[in-house]
Amino acid sequence: MSNTKALPAKLNSETIVLRPSRGWIPLNLHELWVFRELIYFLTWRDIKVRYKQTVLGAAWAILQPLINMVVLTFIFGNLAKLSTDNIPRPIFTFTALLPWGLFSKALADAGRSMLANRSMITKVYFPRLIIPLSSVLGGLVDFFIQFAILLGMMLYYRITPTSAVWSLPLFVVLSLATALGFGLWLSALNVLYRDVGYILPFLTQIWMLVTPVAYSAKVVPAEYQFLYALNPMVGVVEGFRWALLGARPPDALTLAVSTVITMIALISGMVYFRRMERTFADMV
Amino acid sequence: MSDLAIRVDNLGKQYRIGVQNDYYPTLRDALTQAVLYPYRVLRYGLPSQHETIWALRNISFEVKQGEVLGVIGRNGAGKSTLLKILSRVTEPSEGYAEIHGRVGSLLEVGTGFHPELTGRENIYLNGAILGMKRTEIQKKFDEIVEFSGIEKFIDTPVKRYSSGMYLRLAFAVAAHLEPQILVVDEVLAVGDAEFQRKCLGKMSDVASQGRTVLFVSHNMSAILRLTQETIVLEGGRMLMRAPSNQAVDFYLSSGLSQSGEKRWPKEEIPADSYPFRPIALRLRNPQGMVVETVRSTEPVEVEVEYELASAINGLRIGIYLMNTHGETIFTSFDTDDGEMYEKYSVRPAGHYVSRCIIPADLLNDGRYILGLNASVYRLKRYFHEPNVLNFTVDSTGAPGKQWFEVRQGFIRPRLSWQIEREAYAFEQG
Repeated sequence: MSNTKALPAKLNSETIVLRPSRGWIPLNLHELWVFRELIYFLTWRDIKVRYKQTVLGAAWAILQPLINMVVLTFIFGNLAKLSTDNIPRPIFTFTALLPWGLFSKALADAGRSMLANRSMITKVYFPRLIIPLSSVLGGLVDFFIQFAILLGMMLYYRITPTSAVWSLPLFVVLSLATALGFGLWLSALNVLYRDVGYILPFLTQIWMLVTPVAYSAKVVPAEYQFLYALNPMVGVVEGFRWALLGARPPDALTLAVSTVITMIALISGMVYFRRMERTFADMV
Repeated sequence: MSDLAIRVDNLGKQYRIGVQNDYYPTLRDALTQAVLYPYRVLRYGLPSQHETIWALRNISFEVKQGEVLGVIGRNGAGKSTLLKILSRVTEPSEGYAEIHGRVGSLLEVGTGFHPELTGRENIYLNGAILGMKRTEIQKKFDEIVEFSGIEKFIDTPVKRYSSGMYLRLAFAVAAHLEPQILVVDEVLAVGDAEFQRKCLGKMSDVASQGRTVLFVSHNMSAILRLTQETIVLEGGRMLMRAPSNQAVDFYLSSGLSQSGEKRWPKEEIPADSYPFRPIALRLRNPQGMVVETVRSTEPVEVEVEYELASAINGLRIGIYLMNTHGETIFTSFDTDDGEMYEKYSVRPAGHYVSRCIIPADLLNDGRYILGLNASVYRLKRYFHEPNVLNFTVDSTGAPGKQWFEVRQGFIRPRLSWQIEREAYAFEQG
């Protein structure tokens, strides 16, 4: 055991004041930076644990979207016959399933995260935002594995990415931000109302139907396009197909509306989460 | 700036009863309540304050840098709430506190341990949760593993660990946290004697390095050994702050631990104990007085008073005796005896008292805890409360008191010794 030299020199460097908080609480994003290593460790834990004690392990990351692709390709190609802008249907669907999978998993994980980590919340202090944040980030590894498969499929179909491929990271960030924004609301509500756990599956199911995963956004009539754009995932999915497969570019207005909605969800989510934060340890 | 580590001023924490524990409001409840609210207000007036309790109120004290302060009190006295506020897990409802320096809390070891991860992985994860930097953990990694004594299993998932190994690893991580202020809650209540010694050693190391420690425990000898001053909490209020020996003495002698009798008010009895209803558990000395301290040289009577709202087949009333480390010393039921078992195979409704005598010269010095159980073997447990009544055994006048030493062991029987000088054995050599 080390001696007194382990004591930091400036004893009063950190003074913490504890008092009841009232009204609006500052977001304190600086504190998230201080705790960045914890974000890393919790994300790492989620990834590490995800496929433990499964026979197929990380293969599930690939199998899930592949199975989805086969099912959706069959239903929408052979039965519903919706347009794909002349792109081979399997890759048309798979390209959309990637950002969609990233988003829906991040949303569901974030929504459940506060309850799943309740033992930590009631014992140790850290900025609670870290919990939904790290569960959103945990999906990225699966996404990268799936992305490698997508590249393989593009080789097979001899599709070269367009020059718009630079915008891909932006769409990834947009889908994560959307997931985090709504995930923050859901996770805070879930502490108060366990109903959220039951709502989540329906929410993601319905959300997928109003996102152009299995069909092209073109099929939505023009008068509904604005309403449709309120779903930020429309811009993300269209953007993916545009950047990688050379489909028609997403409408600028759609993208602008999506971004605004995402920002609103994210900021209001953080504010609400911070407001509820003080009661989490007592309620969870 | 002074050399203060913690300053607490008029701190209070209010909980809403019901909401706090097992009542999860659903959206439906919230909606119906919102709809019915105006009606309720018209009919019953504004919601009353009865639904809240103050778990802690009007607490003010200061802790200097390097001071080790003990916190004692009964269960529910507010000790854990105080520590939770100071370690920022929960917010105070009123008052103010300031803390100078990084706080490390050991409210429970092993927080965030994941069963699927290996010991090595959990050290990093748990360290990060407790607020250590990665470089810090790397530097101390070998020390942590060595302290835990589980080198061989460091790459095994912790779900395969025994509970003892799990605990040792968890404590090893926590013990290497080097905050300026350490907040500890009952960590020492668990583990074997050897491990507890190690933990206590670690704690006094921390204290001797000039760090501030706030130490909550039921283990009075640990409080006396590690702390200079102690505060006594009762019902959410601070009763006193004094040098630890005075505080412990006050706590043990003031009858804060229910003075030899426990009565159950109606609202404290769980609904599922019906038709059994406990009324009181008391200790009486040979003169028939209800006492909190009993002499080891005298028998003591344990009296259980209860009611049965309807007849129960095969009911047995039992007492548990535990020491303050939570180890059970004995269990006994009122129908242990074959004749009693036959006679009371059915107990009709009514008011009962079951009595037994704990014989003289059985228990050693110390604090003991009595628990109560009412059950039907293998069928139903009507009532079970392991921690009903505390009492002290005083061994003045017991055999061996001519030596002023602490006798090891839970019991202190008066054994009848014979000493003979055996000439034959001596000669054989």
